[in-house]
Amino acid sequence: MIEIQNLKKTYRVGDVDVHALRGVNLKVERGEFVSIVGPSGSGKSTLFHILGGLTPPTSGTVHIDGRDLLGMTDAERTDLRKKSVGFVFQKYNLLPTLSAQDNITIAQDIAGRPQGFDPQFEEILGLLGLKGRLHHKPRALSGGEQQRVAIARAIVNHPAILLADEPTGNLDTQNSDAVLGLLRDLNTRLGQTILMITHNPEAAAYGHRIVKMRDGRVVE
Amino acid sequence: MLSAVAIGVQVTMILTLVGVSQGVLADIARNSRGTGADILVRPPGSSVLAFSGDMPQGIVGLVRKEPHVTMVSGTKVQSIGNFDSITGINIGEFSAMSGGFRFLEGGPFQGPDDLLLDEVYAKAHKLHAGNTVELGLKWHVAGVVESGKLSRMFAPLESLQEKYSAREKVSVVYVKVDDPKNVQAVIDSLHAKLEDYKVFSLDEFVSLISVDSIPILKRFTNVVVGLAVIVGFLVVFLSMYTAVLERTREIGILKALGASPGYVMSILMRETLALAVAGAIAGILMSYGTQWIMKVFVPTMPMLIVHAWWPWASLIALVGSALGAVYPGMKASRQDAIEALAYD
Repeated sequence: MIEIQNLKKTYRVGDVDVHALRGVNLKVERGEFVSIVGPSGSGKSTLFHILGGLTPPTSGTVHIDGRDLLGMTDAERTDLRKKSVGFVFQKYNLLPTLSAQDNITIAQDIAGRPQGFDPQFEEILGLLGLKGRLHHKPRALSGGEQQRVAIARAIVNHPAILLADEPTGNLDTQNSDAVLGLLRDLNTRLGQTILMITHNPEAAAYGHRIVKMRDGRVVE
Repeated sequence: MLSAVAIGVQVTMILTLVGVSQGVLADIARNSRGTGADILVRPPGSSVLAFSGDMPQGIVGLVRKEPHVTMVSGTKVQSIGNFDSITGINIGEFSAMSGGFRFLEGGPFQGPDDLLLDEVYAKAHKLHAGNTVELGLKWHVAGVVESGKLSRMFAPLESLQEKYSAREKVSVVYVKVDDPKNVQAVIDSLHAKLEDYKVFSLDEFVSLISVDSIPILKRFTNVVVGLAVIVGFLVVFLSMYTAVLERTREIGILKALGASPGYVMSILMRETLALAVAGAIAGILMSYGTQWIMKVFVPTMPMLIVHAWWPWASLIALVGSALGAVYPGMKASRQDAIEALAYD
């Protein structure tokens, strides 16, 4: 599913080269729920940005569903984000002027899919507890609800992998448990492959396995 | 909202200029028809809408001798500045040809300093019969007449010639023939006798009254259209540039969802289109407001609502707006998703 070998990423900040990833090796099987933990600056977010096609790798190989990310053009990485990857962010990142439903369907529009929910997705919306909240704007939703809308948006196009970057970072304990429970449900019921960054050991425990990163490398 | 109004202002600007141009020209055409003449004779080298060139008054007598000519009236047009002019007429001849003035106040000339005003000019300058008015020289308002005949201000022909040192000079000779069928024959005859003089049938003259006949007006219209495009460009540029900055994070979200640069650009272009359409509608509505303002404050410059220019003015607004959206659109579409998502 995801195969990363000797992945390196170097940013140029002014005249200084910053080595964010120094040779990451990682393999994630289809249907796995992997938690990635590590201190700030360990390279977790950079790894996510590369896997999500937001930035190109400097060297190494990254295969997602057989597609090599190294050497992909901007357009190909855009296509990857459109079809193969779903993002869930710490700050929810919903579009404030759109309703919850429109926040979800805009992902379908961008992917060039017909807008509307099939019965299976309606079931997921029920699972996420959003059915009665779809016509509300983000400002009328609680943090937990906004994050559930963000999850719905991330999976509406049936992506190969769901990347969740600190999905509970802005939530209280109760909502955190609910969101993590939902992610595990999606993984169990739909076989959704999930990679989740977290600082929280309790949250990390929801995954099948925990990958630890430090100084741009996977250490465990 | 403010951007749409600003785009509307440029649309109004164009529609007002075009409306006033066509209104004034229509007014000239209406006044010319109001003379009742079939033919006009103008001095050599005179342009269509400049009535103030002079020719010898003896032309009037010469024209009168032509077969089929039943009435002739020579007039002297004297410019008095501010686009205003006084027309000197022989009131007997002119009334016979035009059917006479309809007096709303006062009556015909009684003395050499008497002036007749049409109702529009009198209303605009709050003048009534019996008033004295300073128009370079002092005139006594003898009467106020219904508008639509030749001019807005009339003075006795001889008196005007005397006051402005133009004895025996006239600017336009209006000719009435016995039968419309004979108009062309009379024109041909006059052309033969009055070489280089401009001789028009009234229909031909009216057809020449257009913006195309006045190069300066055409150039002025082009300048205003150019300004409108620049205003539209600047308004939309600033508005969209600000919008792109304000929505940096939202653009980052869209890019994270897989939006291509074209998709982001198309969103901004759609918004620009909506802004331009709203602005065009606002501009068209506001042009009715400027028409009212012109009617109340500058009644001597009638403004028409020129429907044929609605699509053009809207298109000009759209072009200016689209140009203004290009750079902000490119900036947005090229935005780095990671940086944009980190933007607060």
